[in-house]
Formats: sequence, C-alpha cells, structure tokens
Amino acid sequence: MSVATPDAQLTFRRPGGLRTVKNGLATVYVTLATVLAVAPLFWVLFTVITKGIRLILSSNWWLQSQRGITPRREGGGAYHAIVGTVEMALICAAIAVPLGIMGAILLIEYAKGTKVARAVSFMVDILSGIPSIVAALFIYALFITIFGLGRSAIAVSCALVLLMLPVVLRSTEEMLKLVPQELREASYALGVPKWKTIVKVVIPTAFGGIVTGVMLGLARVMGETAPLLILVSYAVGINFSPTSDTMGALPTMINAGRDQPPQFPGYERVWAAAFTLILIVMLLNVLARLIARFTTLKEK
Amino acid sequence: MARRIDVKNLDVYYGAFHAVEDVTMTVEPRTVTAFIGPSGCGKSTLIRTLNRMHEVIPGAHVTGSVQLDGTELYGQSVDPVAVRRVVGMVFQRPNPFPSMSIFDNVASGLRLNGVKNKKILDDAVERSLVAANLWNEVKDRLGKAGIGLSGGQQQRLCIARAIAVEPQVLLMDEPCSALDPISTLAIEDLIGQLKERYTVVIVTHNMQQAARVSDQTAFFNLAAQGKPGKLIEIGPTDKIFSNPDEQATEDYITGRFG
Repeated sequence: MSVATPDAQLTFRRPGGLRTVKNGLATVYVTLATVLAVAPLFWVLFTVITKGIRLILSSNWWLQSQRGITPRREGGGAYHAIVGTVEMALICAAIAVPLGIMGAILLIEYAKGTKVARAVSFMVDILSGIPSIVAALFIYALFITIFGLGRSAIAVSCALVLLMLPVVLRSTEEMLKLVPQELREASYALGVPKWKTIVKVVIPTAFGGIVTGVMLGLARVMGETAPLLILVSYAVGINFSPTSDTMGALPTMINAGRDQPPQFPGYERVWAAAFTLILIVMLLNVLARLIARFTTLKEK
Repeated sequence: MARRIDVKNLDVYYGAFHAVEDVTMTVEPRTVTAFIGPSGCGKSTLIRTLNRMHEVIPGAHVTGSVQLDGTELYGQSVDPVAVRRVVGMVFQRPNPFPSMSIFDNVASGLRLNGVKNKKILDDAVERSLVAANLWNEVKDRLGKAGIGLSGGQQQRLCIARAIAVEPQVLLMDEPCSALDPISTLAIEDLIGQLKERYTVVIVTHNMQQAARVSDQTAFFNLAAQGKPGKLIEIGPTDKIFSNPDEQATEDYITGRFG
C-alpha cells in the first residue's frame, strides 16, 4: 500500500483480491466460533425442555413429593426437592451475602492497597477455585468429625457458603470499584461521615450490580451436587427442617434417578427435575434484572 | 454567616512528595478569591486542604495552619467531618448521586446529617434550587434522576446540594471546566450572588473567569515538574491583572508563560 502524495489523484476503490478473501475468512471464522459456543447451550435447553415439559406442566409436579413413588410408577412431583434446594440456598445466602458484602466494603473502602487487603484478596481467589467436593469434605471434617454433629441441610448450606462467598465478595468488590471516587468526595464535602457515605451513597449506587452478583452466586450453589451427596441424605418426602439429616434437592433428585431405563416413568422425572432447576435459576436472573430496573430512577 | 480564612505557612505533602510549599494568605468573608496557575502548581491541592478533603488520598498530610475565624482546622481534636459541614465544596466534574432524584440530591446533605422533617427539607430544597438558578427548570420533575439533567444543570444541582447544608465557606474546584459557555455564564452569575452570603474560593484555568468573578486573585507556580507549587502573588484582582508585582504573574496572565 502506498502513501498518498498530496497532488496525486484520490481514489476510493474497494480493496481488491487478497484483502476481500481475508475479510471473508475472518467473518466465517468468528461466526462459526460463535455458533459453536452457543450451540451446546441450545442443544441442552432443547433436550431438557422437550423431555421435561410434560411433567412440568402438570400441577402435581409442583405440589407433590416422590414419597411412595417407585421408578416404575407414574406420578408424584418435585415439591420436596424444590423446597430443599430453595431452603438450603436461602440459608446459604443469609450467611454468604452479608459476609461477602462486608468483606468487599473492607477491601475497597477501608483497607484498599494495604497488605491485609492483598492477603485477603489472594485468599478469596484461592477460595473461588476450591472444588465443591473439597468444600463439602471440609465441612464434613469440621461438623461431623470434629464437633460430632450429624449430617444436616445446614451443613450443606455451610459448604455452599464457601462456594458462594467468593462470588458475592468478588462481584461486590468490582461494583464498589466502579463507584466514582467523586461521589464519595461529594458526600464527604457535605459533612457526611464515611460509614454513612458507604451505606447511603456507595452501596445504593452499586446496588444493581451487587444484586446481580448475589443472584449469580445463588445460581451457582443451587446446582452444586457434591455437598448434597456428602452432607445430607436424599429424601423423597417433604421436609422443611434444616437440622434433619435428610432433605430433598433437585440435583440429588436428578442423581437418584439418573440410571433409570428410558421406558420407566422415573426417567422422565429426571429430565423434568433438570428443567425445574434451570427454570428456578432463570427466574432468579429475571428477578435480579427487575430489582435492578426498579431501583434505578427514571432520568426524564 | 461567612467566615474569614487564614492560611499560615502551609505545606502540603502526598507521602514523601512535597506538593505545595509555604503558603500564607487571607481570604476575607463575603469575597470571591480565585486561584490561578499552570497545571500541577498545587491550586487544587491547596483548595482541598481548606476543608481537609485532601486527606481522602492516603498519605496526604499538611504542616502549618489553616484557621477559620481564628479556629484551627488542623488541631488535634478537630473532626474533619465537622469541618466539611462548615466548608462546602463543588467539584470539577458535576457529580450528582446517581441513585438519587433531583430532590434527594439537594436534600442529601441534610438527610444524611439526620434532618427528617419534611417541611424543613422541602423548604431547603426549594431555597437552594432557587439560589442555584435551577428551580424553574426542575420544579416539575423533582422526583426524576439527577443524572438525567444536562451538564450545566447537573453542576448547578451540585451547587444547590452544597449550599443546602448552609456552609459558611464554599470551595469550587474548576466548577466550569466541563461546561459550555452558556452554563458557565449561569454559574458565574451564581457565584456573584453567592458571595453575598458565603466566602467563596474558586480554582480556575480560565483567566477571564478569574477576572470576571473574583475580588482577589492568587497566582501559583512551580519551579519545575516534581518541585512543590508555590504562591507567587496574591492581591486584588484588578491589580493582579493590570499591574502585578511579579514578572512571573505578568508572563502568565499575558500568555507569555513558559
């Protein structure tokens, strides 16, 4: 390619030959990569929906448990598992969300740039890389081996806390970082103390993002299976008590029925349970978006 | 009530870096004082020491004294939060709170300091918005977000927010640098009105602005990059712009600088 000289005739022709070919190849490549990345998602969704939709649409699915239902029998529902999954996730969130948000506030607002902050940040990175089975075994060792407690839904929630905490902390941290320093200074300039600035200015500004982080964390822990397998027995009946040693949950419901042959009705229930889990996670995401939207003021 | 500011032998540091060297000046109540000078000469740093806002940056500290009507701002037992209730500040870029409506933005200073009475808040919001020349433009949409306003309106909103808490000194750090000429004019008119009630200190890069709005002008300069900024000359604005004592001041305001 030549550099145009001032007095040369200007030409605005399309680039020819090789460059058109390269451009075409690159377009094909990025399109193909996108399709390849998204295809499995649609495939999974399609399979789960087509195989699970029939049971999901019956009201019994949402109202009954699997008590007394064998894999060879039709009937029953996932109510017991939904109760268990939601209850354990909520207990987990009740512990992990305050801890995560407080931790993020410490790291960003109070200890920024200090050795403590760097050390804690490093630990959180390690924590977020812990496999769920390791978290489950840690809680097993702590609760059951050391303290001699029994298996329970609460133990599961505690193991889930270890998995949810880094997600909430990290995302809250990122959101707090995005809050402009000028807003904090504007608040200080009004004679507002630091803690009140954080509670009334910084957190509300970052609220939408923090909620999204919490929902992502919840979505992650709801699908975790290892803590359920290790720390609680799968119950086919309805149980609300978080201290009892058996409780239903969607991942363990899927696990319990996964080796059914396709001709058994229990086989279809596995797909329906998977669909239910996806639905709940999707519902949480929609909820997060709604919360974020309704807490944002209209500009005009 | 406006207050007098006395700065004596003030040195400002960021960690080991010496940012401003040995400043002594007096700002009379109900006057506008303009800080001018090239970038990096420490005028923003100095204005931020007048309400202890520089302390937000870790490692920042001062030696010397700043007094407000004789009361030391850097005494052992002084709470910076209490200082900032008396010395308000408007920043370079408009920074309304994005999570709050226009009303809540103006009311925020009072609310966050514990005022709950609806009548007091309503009155303060109207009075401040009127004083900031913004009331007529926003009175029908007080519940809408403050960040939905134009840049000039946002800056006047920030001024309304700053004066709603009735400070006795108002610091303005380049309040018009992000605004168009029409908004700038509106803010300059406003500064003229504000000085009837407050002591105003303004940092500006616009020398016509300093000449237009201020009673007193302080010129800052630095010997070289990395050297501390110094107060070269302070005096009545007329004198600084027509017949300054220092050659450096004259060079700067006539554009022969550097």
